Amino acid sequence: MKSVICLECEAEISLDAGVEKNEIIVCPDCGVDLEIVSLDPLTVDLAPMEEEDWGE
Amino acid sequence: MSKRLRIGVLFSRVRVEEKWIFAALEQRGVDYERLDDRKVFFDLDHPDEWRTYDAILERSISYASGLNILRVLNAWGIPTVNTARVAEACGDKLATSAALAKYSLPQPRNLVAFSTEAALEAIETIGYPVVIKPTVGSWGRLLAKINDRDAAEAVLEHKSVLGSVQHSVFYIQEYIQKPGRDIRVFVMGDQAITAIYRKAEHWITNTARGGEGEICKINPELEKICLDAAHAVGGGVLAIDILEHPDRGYLINEINHTMEFHTLMPITGVDVAGLMVDHLLKVGRREIEVVL
Repeated sequence: MKSVICLECEAEISLDAGVEKNEIIVCPDCGVDLEIVSLDPLTVDLAPMEEEDWGE
Repeated sequence: MSKRLRIGVLFSRVRVEEKWIFAALEQRGVDYERLDDRKVFFDLDHPDEWRTYDAILERSISYASGLNILRVLNAWGIPTVNTARVAEACGDKLATSAALAKYSLPQPRNLVAFSTEAALEAIETIGYPVVIKPTVGSWGRLLAKINDRDAAEAVLEHKSVLGSVQHSVFYIQEYIQKPGRDIRVFVMGDQAITAIYRKAEHWITNTARGGEGEICKINPELEKICLDAAHAVGGGVLAIDILEHPDRGYLINEINHTMEFHTLMPITGVDVAGLMVDHLLKVGRREIEVVL
C-alpha cells in the first residue's frame, strides 16, 4: 500500500491505490489538507487555503 | 472517418467529481488533457495551441480564475462548458437575480444597495429577518441571517470596514421560511436530469455545510421553472437551487455553473459525470452549439 508522511504532524498516511495527482487528502491524525503533487515519486504539499471565491 | 476530438478539463483540485469526470472520459476513450488552472497562462496574441482543443470543460474551484479563463477561450472561439457568459450570470448572485428578473421568473425578493445607510433602509422596507449574502462565493460561507436592526447595523459595518470592495455590494434577500430543505436540480441542455432535496436543521442547507441529500421527484412545474432558469442564464450544464415558499411555491435561489455533485450522484444513481462528458463531447462535435 502507498503511504506518505504528513508535513504537519509526521503521521504516516495510507493512500488508496487509485489516488490521483492533485487530489486532496486529509491527514487522519492532525486533519491538515494535503495535495498530491506527484505520483512518482509520491509527494504531497500543504493544500492551498480556501479562498473567498471558491466553490459552488 | 470522423475526426478524433481533443478535449481539455480545466481544474484546480482533483475532487471526487473530477475523478468521476476523468473516469468517464477514459471509459469513452477520449483524448483529453488535464489543465491545472494554477499553471496555465495565456498569450492573447497566440491562440493557436489552445485552438487545437475542440471543447474545454471548466471545473475551476476559483470563480475568478475560471471566469477569466473562459473569457479568453471564448474570445478565441473555443467552445467551453459552460461559457463565460453563463459563468458571469451564475457566479455572481446579483447577476443571476438580474437575469431571472429580466424574464420575470420567480425568485426570493432581493434588494441591493451600495452603502450601509442605503442597505439598512432597504432592509427595513421588507422587515426582519433578512439574509445578507456575498454576491460571489459559495459553500454557504459568510451568509448572515439578520434578525433585527442591531444585527443589521453590526454586520453591515463589519462588511464595509473589514471586507473587500466586493463586500460593499450589499445583496439582501428576504428570509424564506422553507420546510427544512431546498431542492437542487441538475439541468443539462433542455432537460432536467435529476434532483435532490438538501435537508438540514440549520437554515443553511448547503451539503458543504452538512445538509443531507434525498431524492426529489421532478414534477412538470419544477421542470419548467428550472428550464426557464437555465435559459435565462444562457443554458448549458447547470445545478439550480430552488426554495419552496409556503404561499408562492417554487423560487429560484441560485444557479451553479461548476457544480459539485458528490452528494447528488450517489443518492440519485444518475451518472451525472457521464452525462456531463456526453454533453461536452457533443459540444466538441458541434452537435450542441454554444453561444460564445
